[in-house]
Amino acid sequence: MIVVVLPAHLRSLAGVTGDVQLEVDGPVTRHSILDALEARYPMLRGTIRDHVGGERRPLLRFFACGEDVTHESAEAPLPEAIASGAEPFFIIGAIAGG
Amino acid sequence: MSNVRVLVGTRKGAFILTSDGKRENWDVSGPHFAGWEIYHVKGSDADPNRIYASQTSGWFGQIIQRSDDGGKRWFQPGTPAGEPTTTPDGMPKGESNKFVYDASEETGKPLTTHQFYDGTPKPWEFKRVWHLEPSIDDPNTVYAGIEDAALFRSTNGGETWQELPGLRGHGTGSQWQPGAGGMCLHTIILDKANRDRIYVAISAAGAFRSDDAGVTWKPINQGLRSQYIPDPTAEVGHCVHHIAKHPSKSNVLFMQKHWDVLRSDNAGDLWTEVSGNLPTDFGFVIDVHAHEPETIYVVPIKSDSEHYPPDGKLRVYRSRTGGNEWEALTNGLPQSNCYVNVLRDAMAVDSLDSCGVYFGTTGGQVYASPDGGDTWAPIVRDLPPVLSVEVQTLT
Repeated sequence: MIVVVLPAHLRSLAGVTGDVQLEVDGPVTRHSILDALEARYPMLRGTIRDHVGGERRPLLRFFACGEDVTHESAEAPLPEAIASGAEPFFIIGAIAGG
Repeated sequence: MSNVRVLVGTRKGAFILTSDGKRENWDVSGPHFAGWEIYHVKGSDADPNRIYASQTSGWFGQIIQRSDDGGKRWFQPGTPAGEPTTTPDGMPKGESNKFVYDASEETGKPLTTHQFYDGTPKPWEFKRVWHLEPSIDDPNTVYAGIEDAALFRSTNGGETWQELPGLRGHGTGSQWQPGAGGMCLHTIILDKANRDRIYVAISAAGAFRSDDAGVTWKPINQGLRSQYIPDPTAEVGHCVHHIAKHPSKSNVLFMQKHWDVLRSDNAGDLWTEVSGNLPTDFGFVIDVHAHEPETIYVVPIKSDSEHYPPDGKLRVYRSRTGGNEWEALTNGLPQSNCYVNVLRDAMAVDSLDSCGVYFGTTGGQVYASPDGGDTWAPIVRDLPPVLSVEVQTLT
């Protein structure tokens, strides 16, 4: 079971209060996690990546096991600790503004 | 007895203010969608319990919300509450937030670029919905004015959206430029007397009219004069801030431009300046009295760089002559040290016998006048900065 930590705005939009747990089929990548997340919570479609092209929204970042994986390939395998659920996959809104 | 429901969009959520016809005591609900920018909230005339809201964020993009019970409960129309969250073949829904520009060959107008601030070509890129305008007759039909400027329509209650590509494609789109707030389509006016007629306004392109329900469009900017563009009388490029129209007058429009207040008596074919004795003719809002088609309201703002009232005095100006002759309305409004702005969609009127006028400020106040502007009082004083105000008169 993958554990995903959402920003507060997306938690309220998805109607969840804590971390999200997801089943992911096949290799655990950013792409497959986001596919599973949007399948479970379709109201999040378009909020993390573009509806059409699938590009990451510019003010969002992704972290895995303390590493910034924002600019890694979306198809790159994530660490085993993410795949096993031992560590959460973080989706974080950039700090912008005062 | 009639009730009034005021729909307020702010930088950090939506608020719904309700009162009876006396408009003295108000209930406040909210914030709805706390923490999100709510650009616009508007109810359907055909079904007042049907309300649409534009919820947006620079981080997380665009969300369309809908209520079918007057704002008590909300849902994203592409993901109805209680229904399966995926289609039978497992594909997720959530289509209500999807605005995709029409670039199909079928439209014959594969639109490419508009101008950036510096005049260089820039591809259209969806950013947010500025204005939602429900159809006069059908609660499931609603128009959306978006940034980068285009007009979209939904005919299924906001579940899915399609562009009306004739607007961007009519020929001047490549010359449009963003205003300071972005290249937004912020005004949509439907005409009760002529159901095929639609007016829109875009910053900074100008005003446009369709006489065939949005299929074809033409610029209606003759008579506008804008000193801040290379050709002050150009066909497009004018920073129109807002347009208002009385429901009973099919051809009469009132405009607050970046600078200048204007009117047209021929559906926008020609505009005439009616700034008259205003202390400054810069401003954002303009609206028309519900029962007096020649009584109009503006809130003068000092200048394009000083977005606050002249002399620190918050004054609504009323003309009972359709412009040119203006009187300051100050009773109940702060007359010293007031430096708020009133944004373009933040004024509205109710249709009670004694017409109520409402506006919201960037300081978080929403003011109401139950007597056509003679006296004012704040409904609320400390909301987040107000982006939009709409009013429903409920019988």
